[in-house]
Amino acid sequence: MMQGRKKDFPILNKQPLVYLDTAASSLTPNAVINKLNEYYKDYPVNVHRGVYKLSYQATEAYHAARQTIADFINASFDEVIFTRGASSALNLVALSYGEQYINAGDEIIVSELEHHSHILPWQQIAKRKNAKLVYIPLSKEGRITVEAFQSVLSNRTKVVALTYVSNVMGYITPIKEIIEIAHQKGAVVSVDAAQAAPHMQLDVKALNCDFLAFSAHKMFGPTGVGILYGKSALLQAMPPVEYGGDMNDNVDLYDGDWKDAPYKFEAGTPPIAEAIGFAEAVRYIQSVGFDAIIKHEQGLRKQAIEGLEAIDGITVYNKEAETGIINFNLDGVHPHDVVSFFDEDHIALRAGHHCAQLLIKWLKVPATLRASFYIYNDASDIETFIDSAKRARSFFSEIGF
Amino acid sequence: MHQLETLYRQIIMDHYKNPRNKGLLEDDSYIKEHIKNPSCGDDITIQTRIENGRVKDVRHDGSGCSICCSSASVLSTLVKGKSVEEANTYTKNYLNMIMKQPFDETIDLEDALAYQGVTKFPARVKCASIAWKAFEATLKKASE
Repeated sequence: MMQGRKKDFPILNKQPLVYLDTAASSLTPNAVINKLNEYYKDYPVNVHRGVYKLSYQATEAYHAARQTIADFINASFDEVIFTRGASSALNLVALSYGEQYINAGDEIIVSELEHHSHILPWQQIAKRKNAKLVYIPLSKEGRITVEAFQSVLSNRTKVVALTYVSNVMGYITPIKEIIEIAHQKGAVVSVDAAQAAPHMQLDVKALNCDFLAFSAHKMFGPTGVGILYGKSALLQAMPPVEYGGDMNDNVDLYDGDWKDAPYKFEAGTPPIAEAIGFAEAVRYIQSVGFDAIIKHEQGLRKQAIEGLEAIDGITVYNKEAETGIINFNLDGVHPHDVVSFFDEDHIALRAGHHCAQLLIKWLKVPATLRASFYIYNDASDIETFIDSAKRARSFFSEIGF
Repeated sequence: MHQLETLYRQIIMDHYKNPRNKGLLEDDSYIKEHIKNPSCGDDITIQTRIENGRVKDVRHDGSGCSICCSSASVLSTLVKGKSVEEANTYTKNYLNMIMKQPFDETIDLEDALAYQGVTKFPARVKCASIAWKAFEATLKKASE
């Protein structure tokens, strides 16, 4: 089904490359690159400001991009804020909502599966406000369960900040159930969907989440742009976190006021080309379809897990994950040593902490290797990867690791 | 043959498996520096004892990949007994060598010369430099 997708990605036609690091950043297809070029060639000017035709054209394209992304997740136009990426979107929630509504003694529920961008902002709010950061105990497998969530939920819980899909373990959080229970206590839920949006259909109304964030660059889009979805009523009541051009309404000597959301959260010239390119990435995903994406990734994952399991001296930490992420190690060999071996075979994968030190500590390992898949990977990529893993295992054993 | 093989077969595995001068001492006469690379988890502490302008002893401990840990061991064997000035020169030369900067080839870096192979793995240069940078910092602290 995915045959021929490789031709859409210039880097795959330029050099030998088995790219298994989508969870960090996906490759960019021609359609998106062309769209970015279109902006710079045909209407390379600022939005909202100019009253001339070109500026109108750029503004229309920027608006259309927001609408495309809103439709993609079943949100309204006004509920989608363009940010620098998921990190900046999740920070916005903490800096605006958290700063305004968290008080001493309140509790913020997080997990050890979170990316640093969903822990650190809340850690800082908790410290500043004398609030309490509460961790959901992970299951033996390393999952967030509804039961464990309920065990830490209290009348003091004000915010629940959780990942939809773990960027290291690839587990899907039962977020819909968690949101429903959290709402019964009056808590709001911030969802990190950076690893979910590229691989599964999101529907913010069906989830009933309060905030949700993802980045373009993990889903065929350009770097430097992402979105924060927020429920309209929440966004309208929240203060801006950055001040400057375009976000303001009236400006007086000693005070000013702000436009409505989303604009009050978009100070300065926005990432115009990137937002337009982001919308094109969404259309590219839609042209493939999530059913096909999920089926394809599952197939690759199964093939890779079977291949790795057949090699002695390799530990896979997330055999039962539902998404296309494999977290593993060659026993006794530091992942940085291994990743250079793969690199020599033109295989790109990630080694280290994956911006999730809490989980690496939970696993009680110094670091891990992570392979992640997308539609430009195929069965032959996995064969190359498994063959390289076999040779890496013998090489490191033979030289004395 | 993998370039990696050439690199590892030489000095690196020996020092990784049998590190010299490993383990820190509870001794205030040593100057200590700790460097961490949070992206990969390399984490090295270097202890240097200077006496009469000479590097009397170098200890190291920590965790990380083979290039990182072995380079700490190689460093300790190379600079022990050198004058502070020589040690600084060796360190600068080594760091220039792995970063593909001009360096004085007449200075015999001994086992540390093996790390020239790291230039073929730009992503690993950081691994090979952490211990040396920590050592350099101990010398700087001593001079202050």
